[in-house]
Amino acid sequence: MSNLFTVSPSPHVHSAETTSKIMYRVVYAMIPALLWSVFVFGLDALRVTLIAIVACLAFEYVIQKYLMKIKPMITDGSALITGILLAFNVPANLPWWIIIIGALAAVGIGKLSFGGLGSNIFNPALVGRVFLLISFPVQMTSWPVLSEGEVDGLTTATPLGIIKEGLTSGTPVSQIAQDLPSSTDMLLGQMSGSLGEISALLLILGGVYMLIKKVITWHIPVSVIVTVAAIAALFWLIDPERYVNPIYHILTGGLMLGAIYMATDMVTSPMTPKGQLIFGAGIGIITISIRMFGAYPEGISFAILIMNAFTPLINNYVKPKRFGGN
Amino acid sequence: MLKTFKIGGVHPPENKLTSGNPIEILPLPKTVFIPVAQHIGAPAVPLVKKGDAVKAGQLIAKSSSFVSTNIHSSVSGTVKRVDFQADSSGYPKQGIYVDVQGDEWLEEIDQSKDLVKTFDFDSETIVKKIQEAGIVGLGGATFPTHVKLIPPKGMKAEVLLINGVECEPYLTSDHRLMLEKPDEILIGIQLLMKAMNVEKAVIGIENNKPDAIKLLSEKAKEYKGISVTALKVKYPQGGEKQLIKAVTGKEVPPGGLPIATGAVVNNVGTAFAVYEAIQKNKPLFERVVTITGKNVAKPSNFLVRIGTPTSELLEAAGGMPENTGKIISGGPMMGRALASIDVPVTKGTSGVLLMQKEEAKRDTVLACIRCSRCVSVCPMGLEPYLLMTLSEKQIFDRCESNHIMDCIECGSCSYTCPSDRPLLDYIRFGKGKVGQIIRSRNK
Ligand code: SF4
Ligand code: SF4
Repeated sequence: MSNLFTVSPSPHVHSAETTSKIMYRVVYAMIPALLWSVFVFGLDALRVTLIAIVACLAFEYVIQKYLMKIKPMITDGSALITGILLAFNVPANLPWWIIIIGALAAVGIGKLSFGGLGSNIFNPALVGRVFLLISFPVQMTSWPVLSEGEVDGLTTATPLGIIKEGLTSGTPVSQIAQDLPSSTDMLLGQMSGSLGEISALLLILGGVYMLIKKVITWHIPVSVIVTVAAIAALFWLIDPERYVNPIYHILTGGLMLGAIYMATDMVTSPMTPKGQLIFGAGIGIITISIRMFGAYPEGISFAILIMNAFTPLINNYVKPKRFGGN
Repeated sequence: MLKTFKIGGVHPPENKLTSGNPIEILPLPKTVFIPVAQHIGAPAVPLVKKGDAVKAGQLIAKSSSFVSTNIHSSVSGTVKRVDFQADSSGYPKQGIYVDVQGDEWLEEIDQSKDLVKTFDFDSETIVKKIQEAGIVGLGGATFPTHVKLIPPKGMKAEVLLINGVECEPYLTSDHRLMLEKPDEILIGIQLLMKAMNVEKAVIGIENNKPDAIKLLSEKAKEYKGISVTALKVKYPQGGEKQLIKAVTGKEVPPGGLPIATGAVVNNVGTAFAVYEAIQKNKPLFERVVTITGKNVAKPSNFLVRIGTPTSELLEAAGGMPENTGKIISGGPMMGRALASIDVPVTKGTSGVLLMQKEEAKRDTVLACIRCSRCVSVCPMGLEPYLLMTLSEKQIFDRCESNHIMDCIECGSCSYTCPSDRPLLDYIRFGKGKVGQIIRSRNK
């Protein structure tokens, strides 16, 4: 019998939680919305998602191995999430090479240029998305027409796109509303939009799973959604002919996707519940401002990226309650 | 709603394998090694030399200052030598080797099992007797009990809290003591109340020990001013500050003493030792120790003489299991890993835990994913991820301004981190440095 015992400082036990378990739970949470996108947009959705995933994993591997010269960490699940989220944020008819450029921007610029998982300031998938939105504005805003599993080359606008266009040309809301999907269709996801953003219901379902599994807390999603709803409702009550029902703001334009899956990215969001509430409220305010007064019909991507930049500052000023302190 | 402390906390698997095993008396070893520093404070000064005959209970090393305590022989026999040996800290410590011969106790010790209920001592006498008997906090903190009982000037104790929480996984020595010696503990509590001049005492017990809660609640009816509070199971509820918060709702201010809330905390084991010291004239020279582990053949609770080598406990528990990778004195969250099985049982040894090689291994450290789990579990409201980084980069002024000295080293952060980051290892280092800086500044 060897008498050599491990002598290390306490604690001597560790919880069963691991980083990759947490990451894979996020992946599981996105599966219902992914399946729905295949149902709505057909195999195109699957094509986009697979290309995005493979590209993200490949870039992660190559850059880590040959440029950063570290052990590639592609099995930790984080590049997988980035791939799925990138796909969720683009139209289902996006050409393959644009997706690959997006993956390079997401993983290369968004994540690894900062030092890799945990060191990045911005949500990688959003860096990819915004990069594409600026570089390929036409392809990124041409949405396939829904035809139950068939995409026939025709393109259409998203609900928020229709609203933006209508309002800019001075059409009253009551008239625009005729072209908009019903609330039920928006909730279920019978509308055009980015691949993974359309079914609010399934996105919420995945969010509830992540809440139960303690991957996220309620603070960020709730504060984003409540802020958007409150401001939208305020304007709507003042002038319902110039501002749309808040329901459109909540159920469309990727708000659920952003609030539940991207703003909650733990690497790029604040540490304390209070900080997270401030962060979420900030995202809500910026989102609704862009939508109402800005050039883009949507806006949550920009809002999240802007608040990502404020995260270090929030962490610096919003501290947890010290035991025995006030 | 059961009471508990408000911020942070974790729930490691309880693994209380021995809660149903009655306390057994461990056979006497051949030799004991009794360290003269088993407590927080100055080491005691040896009074015996090689060749002296001693009896169990005899004073063999004398308290050297106010914050120090007496050491008594735990066996009868001959002093072999006064020498140095590594204790659980791993450092060689001075101590007294005694070769065991027979088992003769000092005459004044009442060895009968009779319960002695009544006492007629004033406060000073009780404190003095506690001091003479060498009693320290038996929960593992080993702070001399008499020091705790005398409040600093201008402060007054209002309530005595008795820690029956035993929140460390695996350990059951306090649990068994509560089940087997409830009256003794309650009388000990009365003595402590008298010593502190308080009218009220509350025993805090976690809800995973319903039998102890029931028994002590029943018995406490016969003792004026003592009640039992059931607490929700949450680690580190046995921490002094967390227990005060859980029971009284008050928070000890940062850097302040518990007495600032009017509460003084003592362990159930300490209350039992107080009973024995005063009602039975028996100084502290034995204690209950849990020996346990998933592969231990006979995990048990033993009544052990101070100074007994850990190897004796191991043998009585069925020998060292194959593949043992780590031996811990205390519980898995805050205990110390032992380098050798010769380390003696001391006043602060609540248990010995044997871990398998696989259990003992630490996983690969990954990057911090800023998941904030460490922040949300910290019972002191600190930001462990930040303190680790600052300690690593040696930015000690910011360690201090981020309250690193508040850390109670409970280990909840390292336990929780999904990236297996050794948060507490770094925080300890940072704390040590900041402590030095503060001391040199105050000079
Ligand atoms: S060890 Fe210190 S920093 Fe870590 S959780 Fe406990 S009190 Fe907080
Ligand atoms: S628990 Fe670990 S990974 Fe999470 S924030 Fe703390 S140090 Fe980072």
